[in-house]
Amino acid sequence: MINMKDIMETVQMIEEEHLDIRTITMGISLLSCCDPDIDRSCQKVYDKITTYAKNLVQVGEQIEAEYGIPIINKRIAVTPIAMLAAASGGDPVKYAQALDRVARTVGVNFIGGYSALVHKGFAAGDKELIESIPRALAQTEFVCSSVNIGSTKTGINMDAVGMMGKVVCEAARLTANRDCIGAAKLVVFCNAPEDNPFMAGAFHGPGEPECVVNVGVSGPGVVRAALAKCPDGDLTDIADVIKKTAFKITRMGQLVGTEASRRLGVPFGIVDLSLAPTPAVGDSVAHILEEMGLAQCGCYGTTAALALLNDAVKKGGVMASSHVGGLSGAFIPVSEDAGMIDAARSGCLRLEKLEAMTAVCSVGLDMIVCPGDTPAEVISAMIADEAAIGMVNTKTTAVRVIPAIGKKEGEELEFGGLLGSGPVMPVNQVSPAKFISRGGRIPAPLQSLKN
Amino acid sequence: MRAIITVVGQDTVGILASVSQVCAAHNANIIEVTQSVLQEMFVMVMLVNIDHLSGSINGLAQSMNEMGEEKNLKIHVMHEDIFHSMHRI
Repeated sequence: MINMKDIMETVQMIEEEHLDIRTITMGISLLSCCDPDIDRSCQKVYDKITTYAKNLVQVGEQIEAEYGIPIINKRIAVTPIAMLAAASGGDPVKYAQALDRVARTVGVNFIGGYSALVHKGFAAGDKELIESIPRALAQTEFVCSSVNIGSTKTGINMDAVGMMGKVVCEAARLTANRDCIGAAKLVVFCNAPEDNPFMAGAFHGPGEPECVVNVGVSGPGVVRAALAKCPDGDLTDIADVIKKTAFKITRMGQLVGTEASRRLGVPFGIVDLSLAPTPAVGDSVAHILEEMGLAQCGCYGTTAALALLNDAVKKGGVMASSHVGGLSGAFIPVSEDAGMIDAARSGCLRLEKLEAMTAVCSVGLDMIVCPGDTPAEVISAMIADEAAIGMVNTKTTAVRVIPAIGKKEGEELEFGGLLGSGPVMPVNQVSPAKFISRGGRIPAPLQSLKN
Repeated sequence: MRAIITVVGQDTVGILASVSQVCAAHNANIIEVTQSVLQEMFVMVMLVNIDHLSGSINGLAQSMNEMGEEKNLKIHVMHEDIFHSMHRI
């Protein structure tokens, strides 16, 4: 039998340290649903997803019960809807409504893929879809949207960046009576991964198979607890502890992923080895950084500590899984992380520091609440800066900011659930309007010429 | 298929008996039991065969939870594979 210490360690991780599988996400290709008639196309989308995903929630719950591991979310990611809109024309919001109906029918809590990939330019359907995003997010409950506006290979599509600033503001404005939730379901990416299981940025990339199961693990609490047992170690010791812990967490993800794939009869895609925080006490990435010795997340040293954490998570996780993908690393969503919320409230964590942190974390400026009167071009410029960091460093970066309509610094938005709550953070409002209005494309950097 | 049952709580008379009774009621065959008492905390790990359960593993876990709540014990029923995958390479 496995030794008692190991068994009790696993039980403690689940019981007291919030170890869980954050999401099982089924990726489904909708390319076969293209149709010149938008209503017929929407019907095909509904039929296809409800057929493929009809057992997803049930299988997730079965595994949860048998293995005794909480599986928090069951979700679906689909082909970027702009591709279907290209074939059908018409108002893309109809697709969003069809996806929302699917989510209700199969019982998933989010469905991602109301997306467009425009890193090099706009194809048919792309502009229409992007312009429709605020309405789509306001009229639906479960649909998530993402737009890829840049990549290391192609540079940054600044016309799209200019559009997205306005789209983010409009998404917030149309849902102002619901804490601007629309903007919380919209991610603007550079180097978007095609197999990311985490929302709101999940979509099923065009290079993906017909149907696939991806798994996202979690466990900031477990890492923090492991570090707490190593109070006097140096940073090499700290990195080792994180690696060992990440290995164990990822093995669990791999097990659940392969089991889900077997039971659903769908190929297993990847494990996304991310540390995904939740607002629950003891499930915070900021607290890991503080456990390493920072008085509060956001002080000098935060970027270095996060770089160590992010790297060690990947090194530990990569051997534990047959295929690693998605975003893989440490997430730093402000409103979803109790430690980050405290640091933002106290003023220790500022946007400038968060931007620096995004150079070494797994994603980018995530779940940040900014003043409701922030001009669209400032948000566009924020997106451009993030995309530049991603483009040059060959990593994924993203922006998910929520303009709090009618609110100012010191006030807060309350999203509830996993999305948490966040204080309105001060934003540098000096105008980048001329730069953004120039449009065009920032050329791909030298790093792109690897062949 | 085998499951691991872990029991943690204040040491009192009859914990092993109560857990075994629930196992028997669900037709789970006990293969191995390890237990220790550390500073009056009772910790027990039990390996059971669940191939011929009368109901589902879910049912077994539920009965254990109910019994655990009554006797102020924390009881977990988990598939054996989870421990193998986490602690063995």
